[in-house]
Amino acid sequence: MTFAADVWTSFTREMKPLVSGWVWLAFGLVQPLLYIGLFVPLLGQVGIEGPSPLQWFIPGMIVMLTLFGTAMVGWSLTEELMSGVLERFLATPMSRPAMLMGRAMKELFPLVFQAVVMIVIAVPFGLQIFGPTMIYGLLLLGLFGIGVAALSYALAVAAKEDTSMFYMVSQSVALPLMLLGGVLLPMEMAPGWLYTASRFNPLTYLVEAERALFVGEFATMSVLYGSLVVLAVLIIGLAVGATTIRKATV
Amino acid sequence: MIHARDLTRTFKTKAGAVEAVRGLSLDVAEGELVAFLGPNGAGKSTSVRMLTTLLPPTSGTASVGGSDVVAEPAAVRRKIGYVGQKNGAGVYYKVRNELLTQGRAQRMDPAVARRRADELIEMLELTGLEDRTGAKLSGGQKRRLDVALGLMHNPEILFLDEPTTGLDPHSRANLWEHIDRLRKATGMTIFLTTHYLDEADTMAERVMIMDNGRLIADDTPARLKADLAGDRISVSLTSTTEAEQAAGIAANLPGARETEVCGYSVAVTVREGEAILPEFIRRLHEVGAQVATASVKRPTLDDVFLGLTGRSLRESAVG
Repeated sequence: MTFAADVWTSFTREMKPLVSGWVWLAFGLVQPLLYIGLFVPLLGQVGIEGPSPLQWFIPGMIVMLTLFGTAMVGWSLTEELMSGVLERFLATPMSRPAMLMGRAMKELFPLVFQAVVMIVIAVPFGLQIFGPTMIYGLLLLGLFGIGVAALSYALAVAAKEDTSMFYMVSQSVALPLMLLGGVLLPMEMAPGWLYTASRFNPLTYLVEAERALFVGEFATMSVLYGSLVVLAVLIIGLAVGATTIRKATV
Repeated sequence: MIHARDLTRTFKTKAGAVEAVRGLSLDVAEGELVAFLGPNGAGKSTSVRMLTTLLPPTSGTASVGGSDVVAEPAAVRRKIGYVGQKNGAGVYYKVRNELLTQGRAQRMDPAVARRRADELIEMLELTGLEDRTGAKLSGGQKRRLDVALGLMHNPEILFLDEPTTGLDPHSRANLWEHIDRLRKATGMTIFLTTHYLDEADTMAERVMIMDNGRLIADDTPARLKADLAGDRISVSLTSTTEAEQAAGIAANLPGARETEVCGYSVAVTVREGEAILPEFIRRLHEVGAQVATASVKRPTLDDVFLGLTGRSLRESAVG
C-alpha cells in the first residue's frame, strides 16, 4: 500500500508542473507536423503498401517520439541530482523504486497525448482509424516509454558526475536504435547486412507491431513479438532503475 | 539521540582510495545544538550523510534516535529532518506543493500536512510565495523553504548541512533567527555543519572540530577557547630592560605559556586574561616597571583551530 502511495506521491509531484507547461507539449508537436507536411508526401513515391502511406508512417513516427522523448527524461533527474532535490527525497522514508516509477509514469502522459494528437492531425490527410488495435498500440507505447524512461533515469544516476556523459550515451543509443528500427523508411529496402542488423534491434519489433496494429491487425506474430519486446523493456528498465536508485548515494 | 562509533568512509577515486572520515565517534544528547566545524573537505558532510542514511559507512556503527542507520534506515528517516547543502526544492515546483509533497513523502495525514504547511509558511516568512516556483525565489527564500521542508513532519532531530553557505550576511542572520526561535519553541535536537567560525561560536552549545576526516576537538566554544587557545595579554613598557623584566614575571603567571618579547612589549597567553591582567600589572608595579598600555585579546575558534592543527581555518578552506 505504501509503495503505491509513494508512486502516487512522486507521480503527482511531477504532473503538476507538466499541467502548467502545455507550451512544451505544443512545441513537441512541431517536429511531427513537419514530418507529415514535408516528408510523408515522398512516401507515395517509395511504394508503401496499404490504404495510405500514413498508416505506415504514423506508427513509426510515434515510436520515434516515444523513444527520443523518454530517452532524454533522465535529464530532468540530472537536474534534481545536481541540486539537492533527489537527496531531499532520499532522506525521507519514501520507497526509492517508487520514486522512480512515479516519475517514469508521468512520462507516459505527454507521450500518449502527442501520439493521440498526431493521429487526429493525420486523419484529414487520409489516416484510417482502427480503434481497438490502435488503443492497444498506444498502451504498448506507453509501457515501452515507462521502461525506457526508467533506463534513462538509471543512466542519469550512474552518470551524475558527468552530465555530458548522459547526453552522449543516451543519444548514441537512441539514434542507431531509431535508424535501425526502420522508423523512417522500410528496412526491406536495406542492403542485406543492414537488414540483418535491424533484426537484432528490439525497436524493429515494436515498430512492426505498431504498423500491424495501425492497419487493424491484432492476432499476428509481429504484434506478439512487439508485445514481448515491450514487456522485456519494461521489466528490465524498472529492475535496472530500481537497483540503481537503491544504491544511489548522491 | 545521536551516537556514532568508529565511523569511517572511504571513497574510491582515480587517484586511489580517499579516507574522507576516519574513525568518527560522537554522542549528541536530546535537545543539544551541536555544530560540526571544519574546513571544506574535512569530512563534515560525509559524516552527516552517513548519520542521515544517505551514505553507507565503510565501517563502524551509528544510531540516530535509537535506530541503526544501516539496519533500520526507514526508521531513522522518519525521525530526522534533513536540510542538505544544496537546495531541496525543485525549480519547477510551487512552494506550497513542495511542502505538501514532502508531507506525503513523510507519510503525514493530508489534513495535518496542510495545516503544518501553512504554519511553516508563516513561521519561515514564506507568506505570499506559496504559488511561486522554486526558480523564482531568492537565495534566502530558497534556504528558508529548505528548512521548512526539513521541518514538515516535526522531526525529533534536524540535520542542517551548511545551512547558510552562499547566503548574504543579512539572509544568514535572518535564517539564524529562525533556527534560534525554532529551537527555543521546540527544544529540537539540531546538528549542523558550518565553516563559518562566528556561526559555530555564537550559535552552537557544543562545537566539534573536524579536520582531515578526524574529530580533533569536542566541547563548548568557551571551553575550547580557554583550553586550546587562551587569552592573549599584551603590555607595553617604557624600555627593553623593563620588557625583559616583565617577561620574567609573565612567565610565572598562573597557566602562562608562549611568553614573547618584542621591543618594549611583552605578550603572554593565559586562561583567564581579564582576571589575570590586574594581577600582572600589580606585580609589574611592584618591581617599578612603567606600564604604558595593556590589552587582552579573546581568542576565536580560528585560534583554537590554529592551536590544534597549526593552520588557520580560513587558509585551510579549499575551493
